[in-house]
Amino acid sequence: MRNKVAYLGVFLALALICSYVESLIPFYFGIPGVKLGLTNVVVVLMLYCVGEKEAFAVSVLRIVLAGFLFGNMFSILYSLAGGILSFLVMVLLKRTGKLGVLPVSVSGGIFHNVGQIAVAALVVENYNILYYLPVLLIAGFVTGFLIGVAAREIIVRVGEKFS
Amino acid sequence: MRKTRQSSDKKNRKKNDVIFLTGVFLVLLVLAAVFYLTRGDGGAQVRVTVDGGLYGTYSLNENREVPIVIDGVTANLLVIKDGTADITEADCPDKLCVHQRAISKTKETIVCLPNKVVVEVLGNEESELDSVAK
Repeated sequence: MRNKVAYLGVFLALALICSYVESLIPFYFGIPGVKLGLTNVVVVLMLYCVGEKEAFAVSVLRIVLAGFLFGNMFSILYSLAGGILSFLVMVLLKRTGKLGVLPVSVSGGIFHNVGQIAVAALVVENYNILYYLPVLLIAGFVTGFLIGVAAREIIVRVGEKFS
Repeated sequence: MRKTRQSSDKKNRKKNDVIFLTGVFLVLLVLAAVFYLTRGDGGAQVRVTVDGGLYGTYSLNENREVPIVIDGVTANLLVIKDGTADITEADCPDKLCVHQRAISKTKETIVCLPNKVVVEVLGNEESELDSVAK
């Protein structure tokens, strides 16, 4: 890929816009913290079309920047925990080479929520909130599935342009 | 020749995807079933903890408003009404705890992460805790 830095900048901007769009949509399921995770489309797309290191860098930078712009220090902490755990799981599953975009994205969605609630339980020092874990796992499955469908369609259509 | 191998690879992967997704989905279904079956009945009281320490325990049968004061500032307002507990005000920017529904069943919780406030519903059996807290 030529002009790599410029491309990565565009990807980062795209991820930030996804964060912004998502912060505009009121999206409450009665359980706090359940979100669509629109930026994961960008992360999955980069994972498949650009590279692991680049996808990781954009994912972490996006979380820090979005935290300063639309959130607070706490949201950065939770998002980082979820984002990094979910990224690691997605990379490991993708490296097996046996699974497609959808399962990778679904696992990412699930582990994003696992990471977040684990940090939340540590911060409030109350492990009873893990009681909601099953609901969060299902939410992660559903959002990861939707994101995976979107990412797969984008990869099929424009993925070659980035490699 | 190469083309057929590629397409069979693709087919295999698709099969793996379906197996993987169905497997994960079934596991989650079982977990959800356990979650709903072990869901408590209507609780008798709520316990409020701040930063891991006990703030107070309040009966659900008595309608009242409990301001949760941290460092001299009212961080959250807990409203107990008709057997349910709800946080209606918070001084944090995201207000996730305010958006959350009122809780009434045992083990349910409302969490305010920035203030480290946890409100949880307890059953009847722990009523001796109540008198200690008072």
